[in-house]
Parts: sequence; C-alpha cells; structure tokens
Amino acid sequence: MPILEIKNAELSIDNKKILKGLSLNVNEGETHAIMGPNGSGKSTLSYMLAGRDGYELDNGSINFENIDLTPLSPDERSNLGLFLAFQYPVELPGVSSTNFLREIFNSRKKYLGENELSHLDFIKLLRKVAENLSIKDEMLKRYVNFGFSGGEKKRFEILQMALLDPKISVLDETDSGLDVDALKIVSEGVNNLKDKKNAVVVITHYQRLLDYIKPDIVHIMSDGKIIKSGDADLALYVEKNGYSEILNEKS
Amino acid sequence: MVATTETINQVKTTTDKYKYGFSTEIEVDKAPKGLNEDIIRFISQKKDEPKWMLDWRLEAFKKWKRMEKPNWAKVSFPDIDFQDIYYYAAPKAKKKLNSLEEVDPELLKTYEKLGIPLNEQKMLAGVAVDAVFDSVSVATTFREKLSEVGVIFCPISEAIKNHPDLVKKYIGSVVPVTDNYYTALNSAVFTDGSFVYIPKGVKCPMELSTYFRINEKNTGQFERTLIVVEDEGYVSYLEGCTAPQRDENQLHAAVVELVAMNKSQIKYSTVQNWYPGDEQGKGGIYNFVTKRGKCLGENSKISWTQVETGSSITWKYPSCILMGDNSIGEFYSVAITNNAQQADTGTKMIHIGKNTKSTIISKGISAGKSQNTYRGQVQIQKGAYNARNFTQCDSLLIGDTCSAHTVPYINQHVSNAKVEHEATTSKISEDQLFYCMQRGLDAEQATSMIVNGFCKEVMKELPMEFAVEAQKLIGISLEGSVG
Repeated sequence: MPILEIKNAELSIDNKKILKGLSLNVNEGETHAIMGPNGSGKSTLSYMLAGRDGYELDNGSINFENIDLTPLSPDERSNLGLFLAFQYPVELPGVSSTNFLREIFNSRKKYLGENELSHLDFIKLLRKVAENLSIKDEMLKRYVNFGFSGGEKKRFEILQMALLDPKISVLDETDSGLDVDALKIVSEGVNNLKDKKNAVVVITHYQRLLDYIKPDIVHIMSDGKIIKSGDADLALYVEKNGYSEILNEKS
Repeated sequence: MVATTETINQVKTTTDKYKYGFSTEIEVDKAPKGLNEDIIRFISQKKDEPKWMLDWRLEAFKKWKRMEKPNWAKVSFPDIDFQDIYYYAAPKAKKKLNSLEEVDPELLKTYEKLGIPLNEQKMLAGVAVDAVFDSVSVATTFREKLSEVGVIFCPISEAIKNHPDLVKKYIGSVVPVTDNYYTALNSAVFTDGSFVYIPKGVKCPMELSTYFRINEKNTGQFERTLIVVEDEGYVSYLEGCTAPQRDENQLHAAVVELVAMNKSQIKYSTVQNWYPGDEQGKGGIYNFVTKRGKCLGENSKISWTQVETGSSITWKYPSCILMGDNSIGEFYSVAITNNAQQADTGTKMIHIGKNTKSTIISKGISAGKSQNTYRGQVQIQKGAYNARNFTQCDSLLIGDTCSAHTVPYINQHVSNAKVEHEATTSKISEDQLFYCMQRGLDAEQATSMIVNGFCKEVMKELPMEFAVEAQKLIGISLEGSVG
C-alpha cells in the first residue's frame, strides 16, 4: 500500500526553481533514505511535504493515502499522520515542554476520535516514552527547545514523533550536530517506532546515520530531482566515492 | 500553559465575538443625565452619606470644573460629553437583604452567566466576593468569617457610614483629588467600590475578590476602592471585570488606593475584560483608571498584577510610592490589544525611601489594527539611597497593521541608585507557528500557545484561579488575528 506518492513535483522560491520534477513513492513498512549534496533541494522537499507557507507546488501532485495534500494546511497534514522532524527545531520560550507535548498528543487523539488522556495518565505515558530516549524529567520541565543542546533538540523531536505515532515520518538531517552516542539513541528511537504499517523517510547528507537506521531504498537527489535509486549499497557507494561520480554519470 | 486546552475549547465554542455581550433587565433607579451640584447631592443622599463626605465631593467637583482633560497618552477618541452621562444607577433595593435568596433572581442569573461564584461552590473555594453590580454592592459574603479576625471587607459606601474615621484618614491620601482630571471627577461622583482594612499582624485568611460589571446603558462607572493594611498584615485582592455589549461608549474612571504599613504586603491582581467594541472599535468601554499604592511603612511591599484584554481604550498606570525604607514595588502586566483597541498603560515607581526596590515586567501584545503603548516612569528621589529598579518591556506583534510603543521616563537624583531598562519587540515568528502547526495544532491554538508562553512571567504572578481565567481570555481576545 502506498502511503506517499509524489509525482513530478515542481516548486520555486523567489522565482528560482528548486524542485524540478521530483517523483517518489513510499509504501507501508518501508524506510527510504534521500541523500544528496548541499543545495540539491532536500530541505525544500521536507517543507513542501509539511505544507509550509511559500512552499506550494507549481506543478505535479502529492498524495497521502490517496488524499491530495496540496490544499491542506500544515496541521491538517499532521493530523493525517505526517510528521516532520526538523533540522533546526524551533524554540518556544515560556511554553513548558510537558504542556506542549500533552497539547499535541491530545489534539492528535481528538482528531483520531480517541479519548484524550488525563494529566496524570499522560505524565505516566510521557515518562515511559521519554525514558527510552534518555530524556530526563528535568528536560521536560524546561521550555520547548529553549536552551536545549543539539542532541537534546533532536531527541525531543523523536519524542514528539513517538507520541504522535505518525504514518510517515520525514527526518530532515536528524543526524546533524549529533555525537555518536546521541546518534545511537535517536536511531534506536526511530527503529523502535518502525512497524509494517508506517514508513520513514530519512533525509541526510552523510551515510553515517544509515549505519543505524537501515534503509530499504536509497535515493540520490541532485538539482531538484531524484537521479538515482537503489538499495542500501548505494549509500555505501556514495560514502566511498562521493557524489561527483554519480552526478557525472548523469550529465 | 495549564489551561491551554481549555483556552482552545473556549475559542472553539465562542461563536459570538464577545461572550458576555448580554444585558439584564432589572429595574433601575437612576439620576437624570448630566453633572452638577444637585446630582452630587442626589448621589450622596442616595448613599445616606454624612455631611463631610458630601462636602468632600462638592469640593472635588469645584476643582474638576477648573481642570482640563489630559491629552498626552497615545490614544485618540471623540470628545466625551460629560453632561450626556448618567452618574448614578442602582438596582432598586426592594428591602434590606439578609441572604442570597433575597437577591433579585435576574441579578443572580447574570452572575451565573458570568461565572461569578456568589454561591457555595465559591464558598468552598474560600473566596469572599463583594459583587458590584452597576454602582451598588448587592451582596456581600463571608463578612462574618472575615470579621472574626478583624478584617473589614465591605462596599465603600458602608465603610463611609460604619468606619468614617478610617475612610476619612485615608481617602485621597494616596491619589489626591486633583491628581488628574478623572480622579477629580471620580472623587465628586463615585458611587461604589470596596473597602478593605487588615488590622495589625493579620494575614487575611482568604483572597478577596470583587467582580465589577457595567450594565446600565450609558452609565459611567466611578468606583472607589481603598485598601489599608496595618503593620505585618497581608492581603491578596482580586478584581475581575466583564461588561455587556453596547453601542455607545461607556466611560469608566475608577480610583484605587492602597496603603501598606510596616512589613505589610498587598497583592492586587486584575483581569480586565470589558467590551472592546466591534472590529472598528465602536461601542467599547473607555477605561481611564488611576491606581496607586503607597508603601508607607518600612519593609512593606505592594504588587500589581494585571491582565488587560478588554476596553476600546485603556489608560491606566498602577503605581507605587515607595516611602518606607526597604519597601518594594512590583508591576507585572500583560496588555493585549486587537482590532481597533488602544492601550496606553504602564506604571510609575516613585522611590523615596532608602534601599527601595522596584520591578516592572510588562508584556504588550498587539494584533489587528491596534495600538499598544507601554508608558512607565521610574523616579529616584533625593534621599532614596541605594534604590534599585529593574524594568523589562517586551512587545509582541501579530500581523503587520498593529503597533507597539515603549515610552520609559527615568528621573534619577541619587548617584548610587541603579536603574535598568530592557526592551524587546518581536513578531510571532513564522517558524514558531509552522513548528506548532506541524504538530497538529491549528493557527489559533498555536498562537494562543506562543502568546501564553510570551506572558509566562506575568501569568505566574496571578493567583491560580485567575491565571486559568486569564489564559482563556488571551485565547479569546486574539481570536481571528491569525490565519
């Protein structure tokens, strides 16, 4: 079953074409990796998927379980089950992390027509999920992403992912700024959430993350398009030979 | 962020732009429109006042006639015709009331709609309510319990009759009659308000709360509140306001005076939610209020906390006169303006005693086409050795048709005093909105959450039940400002 189908996506920002006919299909149970050099349009792709203002398609289509995503706002897309782990998570001063998490958790439950959790029940659940990601109570008392270290921010993203239990998660450069230990925790977190019904798209510059999150399919993105797809070995090839060979091959 | 879910529900269920836009049909006993000596005599007579009070009023009226309306605030509105206002309106008292059962049921219904807890629930919550409906306090609860410890909490009109020495001694002692145009007017025509007296060494056993409500069409409300706390006493006073929807502007010019003796403490909290007018600003309340506290004794402390979301025009500067050595003044404020609202608000901290300290935290939030100005004065007078002030003014803009202004005045006459001022202006960032929305919150939920976060430092100063109410208000008042 396809979860996400992107067909010939074209998108420009400030009259500059960034995505130039990108197509991608992601099925249930799959883990995809999108690799590519800087400036190839990887982050634009993630914003486009999440429905950020100013990232509307010029041409092409995006479907999520056969629903056209293009007219939907970011919160509607999120409610359908699309999650974006940000490359640079945003600080919300004064907003306590615990309350923020409860708010988004209950908002998702409400959308799904499930019972919202009481404060106490939510705290119990949160403690459990947070522990798996080595997130201490103390961190949850702080304001959202405010003064968090790079590693804390990324773990907090995965914590939100775990609570929202999305159908598809797009991880935008989640490995950037992480040391090996943090990388392991984050990857384990992602792997634990993975099942046959959902899908993960990992956007990354380096192969390193893919040692921990094993992709089924690897795509090489360049100049706004996917130029080559293959299995996990493709990532290793890139790691060894760099992007230039593949890019040259195409031109 | 405690009540954010509630805020959201509130926003969702509030289909009317203004929840409290209803009015109650109650027989009203009112004086003819306009202002002259006869009206003042009428008010004084209605209140069964002693002669000294009438004389005081008449003297104030004489002075008021010679004064001019202030025009320095950054607000604009059509000239007020002071002869076109009713100065006295009271629900007709059928007889003297001994219990709640005897209160006009219409009135009780209004309180219920407002969520004013003049009932057992509130009794359990431990809050005494002295409800001001239009101009007369109709019901006072908890008085017995308070009187056991010697606390006086009653309508000021009663205090004038029953505790004349106290009232005489302190009324006008913090806010002089001629302080400004509106205080002189208030002194001449005030009809009600609260009086609180905390005797020496008494910690008031409950939070005192008054709900003001403007109801009668075209009735200016001129409350007068006086709170006196003796040595080592403590009181926390809550003031909350809502008003029904009206087409004509309603003038409100209250005076609040606080007096704190040695080692005493007064905490005064306000949530103000008067009708702000329609989207063009038509029909809203004019709120021209003078609030001032005097730290008369050493080591005394006065804290003002306010959440201002309503009124079409707000002109308000709760201030502290720090006379006693080591006394402390605090001002925590959230002012939200939307649509065509105008707010010019802030504080004055007058340092007179040695080692006096003041803290000012002001959060201004503007949306729509509104104007939001912080105006604050910090004065360190000769002799105020080692005085300290810290001021922080943060403004948050939503959209690009509103504006925020910060106008600090600092007068320092002592070399070793320390005055710090920090000011920031920011917009709700698109990044923050997008981040919250990506997690499934809609634009209004997201805004409410970010704004509540921005106000955190002030909200945490509010008593618990007020904080919940205030968070709801923030959600409601920013409705329709994004997305």
